[in-house]
Amino acid sequence: MEPMTAEAALPPLLLPKRRPRVIPTLLLKDGLLYKPVRFKAPKYVGDPRVAVKIFNDKGADELVLADMTATIERREPDYELIKEIATESFMPIAYGGGINSYDQAARILELGVEKIVLNTALASTPALSEKIAGVFGAQSVIGCLDCRKSLLGGYSVYVEAGRRRMGGKPEDIAQRIVGQGVGEIMLQSIDREGTGQGYDLALVRRVAGAVDVPVIALGGAGNVDHFRDAIGAGAAAVAAGSMFVFTGPHRAVLITYPPDEQLHRAFGTR
Amino acid sequence: MITIIDYRMGNLGSICNMFHRLGIKARVSADPETIRASDRLMLPGVGHFSNGARQFAETGLREVLEEKVERGGTPLLGICVGQQLLGSGSEEGEGAGLGWIAGRCVRFRPQDGAKVPQMGWNYVQPARPHPVIADIGDEPRFYFANSFWLKSEKRDEVLLESIYGGERFTAGVARDSIVAFQFHPEKSHRFGMRILENFAKWSP
Repeated sequence: MEPMTAEAALPPLLLPKRRPRVIPTLLLKDGLLYKPVRFKAPKYVGDPRVAVKIFNDKGADELVLADMTATIERREPDYELIKEIATESFMPIAYGGGINSYDQAARILELGVEKIVLNTALASTPALSEKIAGVFGAQSVIGCLDCRKSLLGGYSVYVEAGRRRMGGKPEDIAQRIVGQGVGEIMLQSIDREGTGQGYDLALVRRVAGAVDVPVIALGGAGNVDHFRDAIGAGAAAVAAGSMFVFTGPHRAVLITYPPDEQLHRAFGTR
Repeated sequence: MITIIDYRMGNLGSICNMFHRLGIKARVSADPETIRASDRLMLPGVGHFSNGARQFAETGLREVLEEKVERGGTPLLGICVGQQLLGSGSEEGEGAGLGWIAGRCVRFRPQDGAKVPQMGWNYVQPARPHPVIADIGDEPRFYFANSFWLKSEKRDEVLLESIYGGERFTAGVARDSIVAFQFHPEKSHRFGMRILENFAKWSP
């Protein structure tokens, strides 16, 4: 018989089941929040500081903040705004937009942001993700793959806010960037963005089946059942934009986040 | 007044901001005299154990903390690496911790393929009641970002426990005027707010 250790004598821990993360994605343009549909026609949403306060109150799991125009305008990230938001946020934050050097990424992480999101730099500066991961850890680097479905049913990955196509299939690019230090993949369907029709589950299946890091599904969420579908297709977490900032058929601005209990029920973790 | 000790281990803005939002007076300082004049201390920390240990040694912070907390009984709240530094050392690298909690920091050894570091929300369970964790609510969850954890050797110093990768780990410790957590209360919404509020009122 095994000798009884002190640990074995402890009463067991009875912890609730963990549910997948649900991540609002906020898009910045000129320091304010906008929300496009399929990367076009951005609609004004409001002040990012106010949105962060509302998500604090509602207990959102994490936030992703992305500057839509920093890269195409060849601008530096807005460090002052990022610092204000990181200071105001009582939840973890990821930031993306306009990052193409290690110094920029380090500066942003030191402002109190938990994660850096890379898109264009994945193509233009492939060594960057590895360098950030080497110092801050792979968990601090999210690779965002913006994908469009072609007429023949294949998928292409785009950078520079959907303007330039990268060569290769999404699942191959995903494997490559994971090898270069990316710790999480944010997989966005450009075709579904802002439509509320549900995630592109075939795309989620292809990429989630190809890598062993968490895949965050983005683009198309309209309700919590869509979240469950994405997890069923292999995503580890879900992100959404319009669903959390608009309400009703006329897309009136209303910042919302489902209560924890509703999310647990949707995921079947209760 | 709570002094958040600035020993160059991460951005302290969100912690300070959360205290202010709760109506609690707090300031960030590295100055020994300011620390000596404080009635509560917070030891935050993001980064490498060895960097923190080196800062303690090089800045004289270790002596100030020993005088204030270990001999003076001032309440101290440690967070993340600030908890890890209460142990004697760490697998992460060299350098001595404060040695106030019996045990060393070890790396997660997941039994189910879970990724290290642990990044995200996790539930905790109290090992015993304590004023700083009073009324934190049902199913309290907290934001963790760690590869290492302080493996407490004394059962009566364990305050909160959790499970990651199938492995049971110490998520909080307490002893006399010291309380510390591996997670980030400043990034953990109302659960974290309650802990910071409780700490601000606590009279050990």
